[in-house]
Amino acid sequence: MTQKRLVIVGNGMAPGRMLEHLLDASPDAYAVTIFNAEPRVNYDRIMLSPVLSGDKSFDDIIIHDEAWYKDNNITLHMGAKVTKIDRIAKTVTSENGIVESYDKLVMATGSNPFIIPCPGHDLSGVLAYRDLDDTNNMRAAAAKGGSAVVIGGGLLGLEAAAGLNQIGMDVTVLHLMPTLMERQLDTAAGYLLEKELESRGIDIRCKANTKQILGEDGQVKAVELDDGTVIKCDIVVMAVGIRPNVQLAQDIGLEVNRGIVTTNGMQTSDPDIFSVGECVEVGGMVYGLVAPLYQMAKVAAAHLSGPSDALFKHSETPTKLKVTGCDLYSVGDFSEGEDREDIVLRDAKGGTYKRVIVQDNAVIGAVMYGAVDDGPWYNELLKSAEDISEMRDTLIFGQAYQGGGGADPLAAVANMADDAEICGCNGITKGTIVSKMNDLGLTTLADVRAHTKASASCGSCTGLVENVMALTLGDAFQMPEVETVCGCTTHDHATVRRLIEAKGLKSIPAVMQELEWSTAEGCAKCRPALNYYLVAAWPGEYEDDQQSRFINERVHANIQKDGTYSVVPRMFGGMTTPDELRAIADVADKFDIPAVKVTGGQRIDLLGVKKDDLIPVWKDLNDAGMVSGAAYAKGLRTVKTCVGADWCRFGTQDSTGLGIKLEKLLWGSWSPAKLKLAVSGCPRNCAESTCKDIGIVCVESGYEIHYGGAAGLHIQGTTKLGNVTTEQEVLEYCAALTQYYRETGHYLERIYKWADRLGYDHIKSVIYDDAEARQGYYERFLYSQKFSQVDPWAERVAGAEAHEFAPMADIKLEAAE
Amino acid sequence: MNVQSAHWVAVGTLDDIPRQGARRVLYGDTTIAVFRTSQDRVFALEDRCPFKDGPLSEGIVHGVTVSCPLTNWIISLETGEAQGADSGATQTFSVKMEGDTVFLGL
Ligand code: SRM
Ligand SMILES: Cc1cc2nc3c(=O)[nH]c(=O)nc-3n(C[C@H](O)[C@H](O)[C@H](O)COP(=O)(O)OP(=O)(O)OC[C@H]3O[C@@H](n4cnc5c(N)ncnc54)[C@H](O)[C@@H]3O)c2cc1C
Ligand code: SF4
Ligand code: FES
Repeated sequence: MTQKRLVIVGNGMAPGRMLEHLLDASPDAYAVTIFNAEPRVNYDRIMLSPVLSGDKSFDDIIIHDEAWYKDNNITLHMGAKVTKIDRIAKTVTSENGIVESYDKLVMATGSNPFIIPCPGHDLSGVLAYRDLDDTNNMRAAAAKGGSAVVIGGGLLGLEAAAGLNQIGMDVTVLHLMPTLMERQLDTAAGYLLEKELESRGIDIRCKANTKQILGEDGQVKAVELDDGTVIKCDIVVMAVGIRPNVQLAQDIGLEVNRGIVTTNGMQTSDPDIFSVGECVEVGGMVYGLVAPLYQMAKVAAAHLSGPSDALFKHSETPTKLKVTGCDLYSVGDFSEGEDREDIVLRDAKGGTYKRVIVQDNAVIGAVMYGAVDDGPWYNELLKSAEDISEMRDTLIFGQAYQGGGGADPLAAVANMADDAEICGCNGITKGTIVSKMNDLGLTTLADVRAHTKASASCGSCTGLVENVMALTLGDAFQMPEVETVCGCTTHDHATVRRLIEAKGLKSIPAVMQELEWSTAEGCAKCRPALNYYLVAAWPGEYEDDQQSRFINERVHANIQKDGTYSVVPRMFGGMTTPDELRAIADVADKFDIPAVKVTGGQRIDLLGVKKDDLIPVWKDLNDAGMVSGAAYAKGLRTVKTCVGADWCRFGTQDSTGLGIKLEKLLWGSWSPAKLKLAVSGCPRNCAESTCKDIGIVCVESGYEIHYGGAAGLHIQGTTKLGNVTTEQEVLEYCAALTQYYRETGHYLERIYKWADRLGYDHIKSVIYDDAEARQGYYERFLYSQKFSQVDPWAERVAGAEAHEFAPMADIKLEAAE
Repeated sequence: MNVQSAHWVAVGTLDDIPRQGARRVLYGDTTIAVFRTSQDRVFALEDRCPFKDGPLSEGIVHGVTVSCPLTNWIISLETGEAQGADSGATQTFSVKMEGDTVFLGL
């Protein structure tokens, strides 16, 4: 029989595998000719990273060497890019003039790396990461030392980064999204990965948007970000994704969507043309991992070697990162949902994270970091859709626990040897705790802490210690009732704040991982609290997470019951001017604001402003020199004053002036709950100082500082902190007191509750009696104010958070008719 | 009470919506809140809490639920129904993604 002619365009991993199947099935059905744009044989693209890092040579990763093609008398045209295909004459023509005719054709053009078309993308030194040439270019650059910027924190980008870092380059990774590999990992796993890579000296910058690549005589010099940051570098590696390479297919009129559209039999819209690999779109999907491509190869081979009912079937491919030491595994669908149950297991000490997503008693997805051994097992459960209701309680502990009751934490502790360490900080073993408890008859956690030091330091072992106590005391032991931040955690506010400091946690995902949150994303209760604690703990370092703030603080206005807003400009110390009043009146007219009210805080409230008017309203108020009064903030609200010595016959000091100074010092600061001050010019107390969070009462000899008053849900008079003689002292003492409250208050805890909890004598001993401590708090307050005294209105008028204020679209009804 | 999509109308791209956030789409007299979860899933609900009409687009998004900014009712982005002890539901709109473009079924 005369052999049919099979021509293959592209010589990547997919067609390579297809040929192997074809040769097995029907060795001499076809005379095979391959065109490959790359000037080389078929190699294992997956293994380019080991080549980059020098662990392997190119020869090590060749799949089919020259001999293989000869033995199977396959003609391979290397470095021959196909540019023309004539579907009528059934011929293929390459750039360098080779013409071959075919009976069957296979398009296997793979995909092209996507290059961000930003200014400078065409400079020399800007590389992709796709083939051996890219890899060699990177190695050549690294040989000269210097630094590299990798754009893209996905699989490829991170492999490139790790490789370059391993061969001695300074590497910075720029990633647009808040966490690495967000398509494959949830935020928790992304955080652990980031932590690991940073520990190797790779500088990871998320939410980094590349503005342009800067060069000098045609050569890359640096990358500039949207925010103006400039990062010097000698090469830029773009790994921001791939696009199916469909140009040729399009030119010859095959049906092309995102990829070359094929049937489940891998047949294109031309029955004589098949397609396999990353260039294919089958069942509406395109693929970027070899497992599905190999399945395509098998199916295509079957159909080429005769009638067959082989069909391509979609299946989830697990993601792994081939960077030694970064063990991660993710498969399936791990987005949350009502109908889904999320089972999370975190081990802060071991730095591991496991999350299995269950729907209708079947596993539909899993994300793992650190402890990945059970990945394949979960993947099996996912594929088989096996009913897991039997093992639900122990599922998360992995295959090893099935059948064995190892899931019970008490049992786990019971199995621990006596010399097993329970408290790492203090090196306390289980045996020590048990014997001390028996010898001294200890029954409470406090006692055990006092006598053994177990869990007395970082406290992360508290749970373990309690389990040991439970075992030793049996029923006699009651778990201490802690008032937790919310249902997402077993920690109380104080513990969370302490651990944020102790462990240097600087992001919400970091806190949730290290403190073993039981939910993936927290809730509306814990997120704002954590955001505040991080703002307070890391001034200037932590970037405020807008999505974790209540709407009032996100849009810097109070939402009203009808969804409109109120706008309260600051009037420092309750003083205003004709110009300010005029500006307020004009704004009220211009935006026909329904209500203008004098507030209980000695300033003016514009109520009923439409959301879309907020920005222009603020602009006009800004232009008149006014800033936000923060009437919405868990932060400084008002400093009320009386007329004081300037006018009042009783006035002893300039209460108004002091109030203004205080408000100028304190405005903009965030605090656990709102903070309101007042300054009265004499003990008649017309500014109600003695029911404020902090209140000053002026006297002949100077100033009385009071605090811990309440006049809202709860009524309580202030307690006196002490007397001072100068205005400067008032400012310093009040700022120090505020900072102490900012650092130790529980979220939403007003000063009076905080002081009741800590004790007034204790606070006095720290802020009033201890000059050194006071000085420390005062300085830390001034430092954090550097970052918080920016007017949020001005920022937004200038364009910040614009999305908050304008609708995304306005659909006129006709459009939908 | 899922609205059967009469038309698909493009309302913007994924990037227009902040992660764990929402944007409003004005549709005649109705305001629709279009949400984006941390996992980049997109949902659309009428921008009105079934309890006190709070604008859900301004709530805090966690998982596939949003907490009403006025009353902290927790509303499912998938079904529009109030979670836990509360009961009531907000109208949902079907959403379709084509590439990065967000379409609402109206
Ligand atoms: C506008 C104003 C009433 C007025 O027309 O005078 C007001 C309005 C609101 N107060 Fe107030 N409070 C106002 C002075 C007060 C005062 C008196 C004062 O500040 O001298 C108190 C008692 C002192 C105190 O702070 O405890 C006061 C105690 C409260 C409380 C109870 C706080 C507490 O812990 O006891 C709440 C509820 C809360 O904050 O959780 C509250 C909450 C509110 C909110 C923010 C309710 C809300 O979340 O929407 C109201 C916002 C209306 C708006 O959109 O502007 N407001 N509120 C006053 C604004 C002062 C200012 O210029 O910023
Ligand atoms: C660094 C790196 C690491 C990776 N790691 C993994 C991993 O860990 N796991 C995983 O599953 N996948 C991984 N991948 C993805 C995997 O390598 C690809 O999915 C796979 O190689 C695609 O095979 P393909 O045959 O479809 O296309 P390719 O392998 O890209 O082959 C296409 C070939 O066709 C040639 N060509 C294109 N147009 C023409 C034309 N007109 N004429 C002639 N020739 C043409 C190209 O030169 C190219 O050689 C990785 C990829 C890279 C780059
Ligand atoms: S507090 Fe004293 S000084 Fe101030 S107005 Fe009242 S009476 Fe005058
Ligand atoms: S491990 Fe026990 S206190 Fe830190």
